[in-house]
Amino acid sequence: MATHVRAEAPPARPAWRSRLYRFDLKASPYAFIAPFFLCFAAFGLFPLIWTGWLSLHYVDLLKPDVMEWRGFGNYTRLWSNDQFWTALRNTFTIGVISTVPQLLMALGLAHLLNFRMRGRGFFRVAILAPYATSIAAATLVFVQLFNPDYGFVNWMLDAVGIHPNWYADTWPSQIAISTIVTWRWTGYNALIYLAAMQAVPKDLYEAASLDGANRWQQFVRITIPSIRPTIMFTIIVSTIGATQLFGEPMLFGGGVGVSGGSAHQFQTLSLYLYELGWPSRQLGRASAVAWTMLLLLLLIGLAQYLITRYRKRHELGG
Amino acid sequence: MRTTSRPRRAAVVATAVLAASTLLLTACSSSSDKGGEKGGGDANAKITLNVGDFGTFGYKEAGLYDEYMAAHPNITIKYDTVQDGQKYWDALTTHLASGSGLADVQAVEVGYIAQATNTLGDKFVDLGKTEGINPANWLDWKSKQATTASGALIGLGTDIGPMAICYRSDLFQQAGLPTDREEVAKLWAGDWSKFVDAGKRYQAQAPAGTFFTDSASGLFNAVLSAQPEQYSDASGKLVYKTSAGVKTAWDLSVAASQAKISAGLRQFQDPWNAAFANAKFATVVCPSWMTGIISKYSGDSGKGKWDVAAAPVSSNWGGAFLTVPKAGKHTKEAAALVAWLTAPEQQAKVFTKVGNVPSTVGGLQQPAVQGAKQEYFNNAPTGQIFAAAAQSIKPAPIGEQDGNVKTIITDNGILDIEEHGTDPAKAWSNVTKLVDDKTGH
Repeated sequence: MATHVRAEAPPARPAWRSRLYRFDLKASPYAFIAPFFLCFAAFGLFPLIWTGWLSLHYVDLLKPDVMEWRGFGNYTRLWSNDQFWTALRNTFTIGVISTVPQLLMALGLAHLLNFRMRGRGFFRVAILAPYATSIAAATLVFVQLFNPDYGFVNWMLDAVGIHPNWYADTWPSQIAISTIVTWRWTGYNALIYLAAMQAVPKDLYEAASLDGANRWQQFVRITIPSIRPTIMFTIIVSTIGATQLFGEPMLFGGGVGVSGGSAHQFQTLSLYLYELGWPSRQLGRASAVAWTMLLLLLLIGLAQYLITRYRKRHELGG
Repeated sequence: MRTTSRPRRAAVVATAVLAASTLLLTACSSSSDKGGEKGGGDANAKITLNVGDFGTFGYKEAGLYDEYMAAHPNITIKYDTVQDGQKYWDALTTHLASGSGLADVQAVEVGYIAQATNTLGDKFVDLGKTEGINPANWLDWKSKQATTASGALIGLGTDIGPMAICYRSDLFQQAGLPTDREEVAKLWAGDWSKFVDAGKRYQAQAPAGTFFTDSASGLFNAVLSAQPEQYSDASGKLVYKTSAGVKTAWDLSVAASQAKISAGLRQFQDPWNAAFANAKFATVVCPSWMTGIISKYSGDSGKGKWDVAAAPVSSNWGGAFLTVPKAGKHTKEAAALVAWLTAPEQQAKVFTKVGNVPSTVGGLQQPAVQGAKQEYFNNAPTGQIFAAAAQSIKPAPIGEQDGNVKTIITDNGILDIEEHGTDPAKAWSNVTKLVDDKTGH
């Protein structure tokens, strides 16, 4: 009886408490992450969906409340538009010629910074300096350097007798723009690689050097495989960045920046989006470009995922 | 210990949730507080008027803001100037459409005034009904440009851009052309094609590395602005494909580009700025506001070498308006400020400081304007030259899409020919394709 009473009387509180405890345990993580996701829903998800809705309409920037149903007309119109394909091609070429050298150089720099040397701390901070510079300031300097008539670059190239027009011609202008991108992001990626490299166990290197592997062999056989996930990460981030490239070509082109040069020779998808949305006031078509860019990124992401999965399986199997 | 820690944890969670949600609320609810004060009320209440403009309006340079604040101790003026006019307008239209982020006074460039009167007319205060403003004080066509179909005057004219030709007499002399400004004006008087002919004469004996004029698109703008029919007809419909004016201007600038009398630069860009200092070209089409740019970029090396001669046909290039958006907090005070800033006396002060030519009849007649000479330009009587040009301007109708079409023709048409040697016929078909794409429904 006594035991029965003991079991019956207090339960009201402990049961409530333990339920509260369990609720706390389960719910509080959600409460802690809620601010981000609520803000994301308001400022990320909603605009995303709204943009999608807009892309199915004709909307004038000056009268955004008047919408006229278009269906997929805005998308099919992109398909048959030369300028869209030029922009897509430019985004791809500028993306490749800025991302590939950038990541290779970052790998090399990180490898060098990983050695013991004097003033290592200084160099590690110094490579991040370009990233801390504003795009506008950096681009203005590069515009001066690449000036076809009075710029430093052509002054140097005069020695070898070539004189490219860095603004007007397709490849030179795209190379000039990717130089700015590369300059800005190499240090940033190098630091990420460096952090990953420092987590590679030292005894791997010791064992390798005992086996007689030189620095280069250690780099290729140990460092690269060990930081592969990090490399994958930087590739994904850089791809996203390259797809959305906007500030550099815009400022590099000056007054013709929005249309990416007189023959759209360096117009990227983001610039095309801006040109449609703002000077041309066609919000619906601009939204269609935005969604096309999103789909492209998802496709690229999917491709990268499939490649990694294939490689993993392949390695496990082999 | 555990029992005491549990309620405390619950409390912590509760406060965290509370804190997070307040954080959210404050973050998500953008400042929705309606400004309490709205024009009127206490006349002596301290208020701040914000002015948004682009380029050089000269109000700060001429000390007009300080003067106004001294006369109205309760008013503080803040201004925000954007250098690039296109970017300024892009931002302004977005703000107007959403009704937020607007200054009390917003400047509008003449190229966009038709968009403002047609599509955005109801977003601005009708200044024609504001006390103390008489639309007849302005040049007739200037006020007409800022009047909506229903008769509301939404902007007061600041300046206009009567046009002349600025030329370097030292380069003219080396190329065997006359240097006296009267003689020079006679070279091309009455016809822009004579200007191109003079260019060919110049180029035949030009000093090495120099060109007759800076850009074919500058020439295009100049020729076109003298035409009675431009991009749009009187009803505002785009007629640029068949417009005689556009054809004349296009053909002449293509001819100039093909005769290689143009340096092929794009105006207002770094290489163009740099070319002033390096004396790369001998002439530039010169609306009154251009004199400030020339003296800035040519610097001391160009002083006294530049001169000003009358243009083949007088016309207008540029100029702006000051508007008062309805969404502003102090529309009444803003209208009073706008009226004062654009009055003849103030326009004359701006002219003497930065060279913007008055848009009011009274302003053009001010002695300070009529008698103005510019030392930098070999003491040319610029006041007389520009005031005379201003009187004979015959305005053409402006349409809503004119700004866009002009950008496409000059940047993706003529500049493309100059930079890449594109076949003019192909460049033109490219232009029409782009315009159809960008202005179509």
